[in-house]
Amino acid sequence: MKNLKLYIPVFAFLLLAVFMWRGLYMDSRTLPSTLIDRELPEFELRTLGEGDQLVSNTDLPDEPFILNIWGSYCLPCLQENPIFMSAREQGLVPIVGVNYKDRDNLARDWLDINGNPFTMNIVDDSGRYGIDLGVYGAPETFIVDADGVIRYKHIGTINYQAWEDEIMPVVRELQSAHAASASASSGQSS
Amino acid sequence: MRLFPVLMKSLLLVCTMAFAMMAVAQVDVFDFETAEQEERFRQLANEFRCPMCQNANLTHSTGGVAADLRREIYNQIIDGRTDEEIEQFMLDRYGDFILYRPRLTVQTILLWFGPALFFIIGIWVVFGIIKRSAANSRGNEEDQGAETAAAGSEDLTADEQARLDRLLADKLANNPSTDDDSSDDSRR
Repeated sequence: MKNLKLYIPVFAFLLLAVFMWRGLYMDSRTLPSTLIDRELPEFELRTLGEGDQLVSNTDLPDEPFILNIWGSYCLPCLQENPIFMSAREQGLVPIVGVNYKDRDNLARDWLDINGNPFTMNIVDDSGRYGIDLGVYGAPETFIVDADGVIRYKHIGTINYQAWEDEIMPVVRELQSAHAASASASSGQSS
Repeated sequence: MRLFPVLMKSLLLVCTMAFAMMAVAQVDVFDFETAEQEERFRQLANEFRCPMCQNANLTHSTGGVAADLRREIYNQIIDGRTDEEIEQFMLDRYGDFILYRPRLTVQTILLWFGPALFFIIGIWVVFGIIKRSAANSRGNEEDQGAETAAAGSEDLTADEQARLDRLLADKLANNPSTDDDSSDDSRR
């Protein structure tokens, strides 16, 4: 009993060391998203294209897609652009843009200059839809499955490594699941 | 030296500039219907943490998303939502992080009761130390066990007292360096 007491400081040190060791590798800048495995919040917003017609969730792709929060003021978005452009050229996955707290003319100019990787651009100039998405600054990127459920969220810049190691594995998995369910349902109907 | 007044003046300038920053931190102005609504707004904006500039609440944050969230709180108060509904709205979107006052869950139980736990442990340790030192100074407690009881003089039996007297007499008679010899003598 007396010997055990002697070791109390050692145990206390080890406990503290474990907590602090974990703390070293915790990134408090990226908040865990509460929206994973929940449906993409509903919206009814303009697009960046000409005309004032509104789009909603039903206008989104019927397959897994990437939803990218961007703005012309956002420097990291400029870094992401070539990656998204090559994804579009290769037809890897549709990318839907949410133009977050930006001005239409600036956003259009940005796309003209840098290239437009987006299949569609939803305008969220007030940032209200961003609140529903739990966004706190561009760029943020969601991966949404064919049923419109959010499966993954990446906060901050997507570089080539993040694209290859984080984004594409999730996209491929969702795409193969979608292909399997699509062939199953077509098999049933025929 | 002319340097000192210059230094003091620049320090004063820096201080006043710091206050100027605080003053412009929240520039948006809302019109409330009642003072109670305004008070609720102030309280809520103070208790939600800005997700972008962390370690600042919504009131003091200059971040774009903080301004949006302040406006959202305002709109919801005007719409007649309760504080609980607004809090749930924020939680659904930004998670526990947004709350400066964390909810009581399994994950946060150490956060809530850790300080009390450490306080109790501290009290326990301090009492232990006090009790032990008190026991030592008084010399003998009923429950102190053989070693401390023997250290006290009042509990000595007649034999022990006689032996002690003999040892002391030996020690006084011989020179002090022959400690070991005297104890050997007593043992025989």
